[in-house]
Amino acid sequence: MKETAHIEVRDLAMAYGDFIVQRGLDFTVNKGDIFVVMGGNGCGKTTLMRALVGLQRPAAGAVLYSGEDFWNAEAEAQQRLKRRLGILFQGGALWSSLTLAENVALPLAEYTGLTPARVDEIVAFKLALVGLAGFEDFYPSELSGGMKKRAALARAMALDPDILVIDEPSSGLDPLTARRLDELIMELRDSLGTTIVVVTHELASILSIGNNSIYLDSESHTMIATGHPQDALKNGHPKVRHFLTRGGTA
Amino acid sequence: MRGAQAWQLEVSPSGDPATLVIALGGRWRIDQHLPAADTLQARLAAPVRQIRFDAGELSDWDSGLLTFVSGISKSCAARDIAVDNSGLPPGAQRLLAMAAAVPEQKLAARDPGPQGTLAQVGSATLEFVHGAPQMLNFLGELVLSLLRLVAGRARFRARDLWLEIEEVGPRALPIVSVISFLVGLILAYLGADQLKLVGAQIFIADLVAIGMVREIGALMTGIIIAGRTGAAFAAQLGTMQVNEEIDAYRTLGISAFDFLVLPRVLALMLMVPLLTLYSAFIGMLAGLLVSLTIFDIGVFEYYTETLRALEFKQFAVGLSKGTVYGAIVAFAGCLRGMQCGRSAEAVGHAATSAVVTAILLITIAASIMTVVYYQLGI
Repeated sequence: MKETAHIEVRDLAMAYGDFIVQRGLDFTVNKGDIFVVMGGNGCGKTTLMRALVGLQRPAAGAVLYSGEDFWNAEAEAQQRLKRRLGILFQGGALWSSLTLAENVALPLAEYTGLTPARVDEIVAFKLALVGLAGFEDFYPSELSGGMKKRAALARAMALDPDILVIDEPSSGLDPLTARRLDELIMELRDSLGTTIVVVTHELASILSIGNNSIYLDSESHTMIATGHPQDALKNGHPKVRHFLTRGGTA
Repeated sequence: MRGAQAWQLEVSPSGDPATLVIALGGRWRIDQHLPAADTLQARLAAPVRQIRFDAGELSDWDSGLLTFVSGISKSCAARDIAVDNSGLPPGAQRLLAMAAAVPEQKLAARDPGPQGTLAQVGSATLEFVHGAPQMLNFLGELVLSLLRLVAGRARFRARDLWLEIEEVGPRALPIVSVISFLVGLILAYLGADQLKLVGAQIFIADLVAIGMVREIGALMTGIIIAGRTGAAFAAQLGTMQVNEEIDAYRTLGISAFDFLVLPRVLALMLMVPLLTLYSAFIGMLAGLLVSLTIFDIGVFEYYTETLRALEFKQFAVGLSKGTVYGAIVAFAGCLRGMQCGRSAEAVGHAATSAVVTAILLITIAASIMTVVYYQLGI
C-alpha cells in the first residue's frame, strides 16, 4: 500500500473581509480516513474546503500536509502539494469546451508524460469506474446533472491522488447512484489507501461512509464536535445530534 | 524511477497449454512507464482458452495496474478467452468489478457528421437559411413588445431601464470621445490636403461638419456601441440562459422579452442618437484644431462656415441613423443572447456573433438609408 498523506489543521480561521466565517478550527485527518465536514447551510463548509485545497488563503492558522505548512510554502512546493490532491467541486466544474475524455485526460497529459494511447486507456477506465463508459466524446452540456458529477469525480481521480476532496458528492444524484458513489469512495480508500475529505450534509452518506468528522456551527462560528459520526450521533453535542437526526432530538 | 523497484511482467504457459499465467511484480503505478496492454496481443493466440494472474510479487499498485488488466480483459473478451482475476489483490478485483458493472453505452458513440469543405459550406448555408426566420421571429416579438409598451401593458422595472441608460450612455463617453476626435482629425487632414489644391481650405469646415453630423458620427458610434454594449447584452442574456434565469421568468408567466429585451432596446434607441450628436461635436472640434494649427484658418471663420453648412436636415439624418443603429445593436445583442446555448463556450459565441451581426446590419442599413435619403433629396 502506498504512503498517503495526512492533513493537520491548526487554529484555522477564515474570513471574508471583517466577517469571520469560522475560527479556531483544529483537527487532524489521518491516513486513509473518510473525513466528513458537516454543518448546516452557510456555515463555511465550502470555505473550509477552499482553504484546504489552496484556493483561498485563511485569515489565520495553518494547514499542514504530512507536516508541511501549505500556506507558508514556496510556490513550487505548493504546486507539488496541490498535485497530491484531487478535487471534486460542488457543481462539477467540468471544462465545458472539452469532451469528457479530454476533461479527464488533461491532468494526465499535463503531469505524467504518458503516451496518448496510455492516457486514453486510463481515461476509459476512470470513466468506466464511475459508470460512464462510452461517454468519452460527450460534452458536459450534453449530460444530466448526475452524470456531470460522476464525470467530475473521474477527473478528480485521474492522477490517483493521495487525498480526494469532495464537495457535496451526492447532491443531485438519485439514491441508487448516490449509494454507488459512496461505495466507490469507500473502495478507493480501502484499495488505494486514498484519504478522503467529504463536505456534505447527506445524512445517509455521513453515517455510512464517514469514520471521522467535524461539525461546523454557524452560530458560534467554530467547530463544536469531532470524531466518528456514529459517536456524535449517540453522545455528541446536542446540536450535532439534532442535525444528524433531522431535528429528531433537541 | 525504474530500478529494482520497477514493474515486472512475466507471461508463461502453465502446465495446461490452454492456460496462460500473467505474473505481475514490483511497482505498478501510473508514473512507472507501464507497458501497454497491447504488448500481450500476440500471446493471446490459438491454444490459449484462459488466462489468470499471479500478483504474488506485486509490491505496490494503482490505476496503472487496473488499466493494464482491464485492457487485457477487453482483448480476451473479443477472443472468447476466459479471464480469472482471482490472483489479483482483492481491492483491485473489487475496483475492476465496479468498472465493469455498468456496460459501455454503445449508442453513446458520436457521429461527427460530414467533414469536407463542401459539407461545411452546405451546413453554413443551411444555418444561415434557418437563422433568417428566427431573426424575423425575434423582430416580430420586438415589435409586439414595443406595441405593448405604447399601450402601457409592457411589464419591466423602470430601475432596469435607468441602469441600462447609464451603462450604455454616459459610461461610453470616454471611448466615443477618443475615437470621434481621431476620426475628425483624419477627416480634416484628408479633406484639407485635397481642398488646398484648389485653394478652398475653408471648406474643411463644411466637410467635417456635414460628414460628422450626417454619416460618420452615427456610424462610429454604432460600431463602438456594437463592440461595447452589443457584446455585453449577448453575454448577459446568454449567461442568464445558462443559469436558467430566463426559464424562471417564463414559468412565472413574465415575458422575458418585455422584462429583459425591451429596456435594453429602449436604452440604446434613446442613448445612441445622443452619443451620435456628441460624437459629431467632438469630430468638429478636432477639425477646428487641425484647421487652426496646420492650415491657418481662424476660429471665427471656421465657426461661421460650420454654421452655414449645417442645416436642420443634416441633424435629422444623423439622428435618424443613430436611432436605427442603436436599435440594430440592441436587436443583435439580445437576439444572440436569447439564442445562446447552455455552456460557457456558447456565451462566448453569442457575444462574438452579436458584434458581427450588428456591424453587418449597420452597414446594410447605412447603405440603404444613404441611397434613400439621396433619392428623396434630403
